Amino acid sequence: MPQAVISAARLTKKYKDFAAVDGISFEVAPGESFGLLGPNGAGKSTTMRMVGAVSTRTSGELSILGLDPNDAGPEIRSQLGVVPQQDNLDQELRVRDNLIVYGRYFGIPMRAIGRKADELLEFAQLADRAKSKVDDLSGGMKRRLTIARALVNDPRILLLDEPTTGLDPQARHILWDRLFRLKEQGTTLVLTTHYMDEAEQLCDRLVVVDKGTIMAEGSPAALIREYSSREVLEVRFGSDRNEEVAAKLAGIGERHEVLPDRILIYSENGEAELAKIHAAGYRPITSLVRRSSLEDVFLRLTGRSLIE
Amino acid sequence: MTAVSALPTRQALIAAGERPRRFGSWYVAEHRIRSMRAYATTLIVTSFANPAVYLFALGIGLGSLVNRSSGGGLGYLAFVAPALIASAAVTVAGEEFTYPMMMGFKWNPIFFAMNAAPISAYQIVNGMVIAALARILPTAAVYFVIMVLFGAAPSGVAVVQVLTAALTGLAVGLVIMPYTASIEEDKGQMAMIQRFGILPMFLFSGTFFPLTQLPVGLQWIGWISPLWHGTQLGRVFNYGMVEPAWLTVIHLVYLLALCAVGWRLARRVFARRLNK
Amino acid sequence: MTSTPTVPSLVPPTVRPRLLGALYAGNARAVVSRGALATRSTNYLVVLSGFFEPIFYLVSLGYGLNKLVGTVETTTGQPVSYAAFIAPALLAVAAMNGAIYDSTWNVFFKMNYSKLYSGMLSTSLGPLDVALGEILLALARGGVYAIGFMIVMQVLGLNLAWTAILALPAVLLIAFGFASFGMAVTSYMKTFQQMDWINFVMMPMFLFSATFYPVTVYPPVVQVIVEALPLWQGVELVRGLTTGALSIAMLGHVLYFAVMIAIGLVFTTRRLRALFLD
Repeated sequence: MPQAVISAARLTKKYKDFAAVDGISFEVAPGESFGLLGPNGAGKSTTMRMVGAVSTRTSGELSILGLDPNDAGPEIRSQLGVVPQQDNLDQELRVRDNLIVYGRYFGIPMRAIGRKADELLEFAQLADRAKSKVDDLSGGMKRRLTIARALVNDPRILLLDEPTTGLDPQARHILWDRLFRLKEQGTTLVLTTHYMDEAEQLCDRLVVVDKGTIMAEGSPAALIREYSSREVLEVRFGSDRNEEVAAKLAGIGERHEVLPDRILIYSENGEAELAKIHAAGYRPITSLVRRSSLEDVFLRLTGRSLIE
Repeated sequence: MTAVSALPTRQALIAAGERPRRFGSWYVAEHRIRSMRAYATTLIVTSFANPAVYLFALGIGLGSLVNRSSGGGLGYLAFVAPALIASAAVTVAGEEFTYPMMMGFKWNPIFFAMNAAPISAYQIVNGMVIAALARILPTAAVYFVIMVLFGAAPSGVAVVQVLTAALTGLAVGLVIMPYTASIEEDKGQMAMIQRFGILPMFLFSGTFFPLTQLPVGLQWIGWISPLWHGTQLGRVFNYGMVEPAWLTVIHLVYLLALCAVGWRLARRVFARRLNK
Repeated sequence: MTSTPTVPSLVPPTVRPRLLGALYAGNARAVVSRGALATRSTNYLVVLSGFFEPIFYLVSLGYGLNKLVGTVETTTGQPVSYAAFIAPALLAVAAMNGAIYDSTWNVFFKMNYSKLYSGMLSTSLGPLDVALGEILLALARGGVYAIGFMIVMQVLGLNLAWTAILALPAVLLIAFGFASFGMAVTSYMKTFQQMDWINFVMMPMFLFSATFYPVTVYPPVVQVIVEALPLWQGVELVRGLTTGALSIAMLGHVLYFAVMIAIGLVFTTRRLRALFLD
């Protein structure tokens, strides 16, 4: 692995007695796309704020581009682009002015910033909205403007905190496309998400975080290989019967997870397991065979769903 | 967009942080002043209309009653004008140091956006103060010009009031700032500051009459009020009001001290709130 | 019209022709009670603080300028103390401020941001119900402030005649006038910047309307302009009643407010209908 752009060792953030981030260690290589996957309250955002050099760590080591955020906050932030969970665009300014004002914070001269703003509006597909009020933009447009704003300083690392939460499917795909282009250009991406499809789309490597600690680490495919089977069979027998039937299906598939509304049966061949169930005389109300996802990895690791 | 490959050298990183470290406060002020442009017409009209209306209504209208009864002597207009110019500065401060704080932290959290860029908490405080001054100073200057037109500024050094009035506004603003910046939820605190802070200060700071006209039980409001100190300071310059030199110095020192303490506290509040 | 017992008639049981037709459902009560409920969730201290504003003015100027000014003559030539001169003016101002705040900024937010009125007008309520209901709410607030201030005046001995008790209905009339007019103006406003102009009108009116000194200090031309302002009319009416300096001109002031109320209601109703029902 080449020299890391971010390296964290035993990174910890405590609020009074509560440890929001509890001794996590990871490294991110240049140009890599790195994800923090976990449910709400897992400590993802706090980690992002520490990496963003706006939240002081309680203990542990943290180095961004070789600098310690405790001494070199402004220098580090000069190299970062930050897309926060909640859009914090300036609603009193128009779309293009938001980019200009933000560019000034990085010391970009007036002459250069206008051109940069137009270029970014083009990239964010907002060129025709340059003079709009921020409030008049749709949710997806606001997100794209926030991403454009984060790119105003040509950041080496782009931090995205749940970039597509709350967006409709079409807006998410447009956004993923833009992020994928950045990745192709060599920008290091660090993102948090609680959507496994997003993590699978965008991340080269990810860590699964829960309760402030890292549960597992690897590429999406490797994590699925390691913690799940190739396929999953989902069967429903009705909310009141799932539990009872599951007990009688022992021996079918490698492993079961019983959820309130369905039973998940992990196997290399889902159709074969379904046939076994039928043979045993059980008739599920519905059945579905699908490939394993990160959701299954998370369920295996924590016993809980990602989105509750 | 340019592709980024090799890691930057340490020197390159330090160099990139230099401009934000040096000019960050000014960038924040620039931002704030840009967003004031939406209200420019209102601000300009107010800054001219206010002094004209107040000087006419209180200096001349009310003055005709007071001068008649006290048999002329000291012109009421010249007496009340320094109080009015200082109050105008306080009013602007009362706007700039209240809602914009709630705005920047909560309603439209741009302070967090600034802080995610290379801007530090103390630079945001400085920037907001500079932007407020960019409104307070012109307001006081316009006020002074209109005072001159009304013949309300007899002394040759009366123009110094533009600075003393601005200082008064700043002192009030910086006392409010640490509080407004720490408000987590708007439950009408801003209206309360206005009604139980700014308004009584305006009425009980020896603005319309010498403080001594009030019962001793109410005079203390004036002594602790930045507006009283600012007004008295203004009167010294406006028409050469006679008071002991040490008292004049106290006025000045008191206002400067409030600024210094408020500024420090505000920086601390901002730093704590941004570093969650 | 025939209807079987199983299929309820779509025609309301009693359809009586109403004077104002679709404008008024006779249910302004519903709007008032919604407002009263909403008031519960606001901060009482903030509501209460509005009551202190005129008292601060009275204590400051009444005390501070009493000796410097001495006595002042009312319009009818009666000399009264300075505090007794400004107190009725502050009472009228309190009524005005309460009414104006509730009928302008509050209404502006409800119209443009919380979309409250479009919701109300999609029920059986008519625009006049909404207008009347909102105005009555504003009146209630103005009335509460006024009663409190009257008590303070009584305690300080600033009610000089028995007619002072009539100042209460007078103040409600004034508040009604400002509220209905204020709401009419607000219903035409589109932006915050436009709303700022309301302050531009209110502030000079507060200072110029014989509040702190008699209108006679002005040159005759200015006097005529000031006398045309609603606040001057209100101040004169209340001052006549609390000081006992009665005159026939006071009937004119009452008429002035009656006309103001009528104009306000007509325009508000028309505007609300145009905005939400056409």
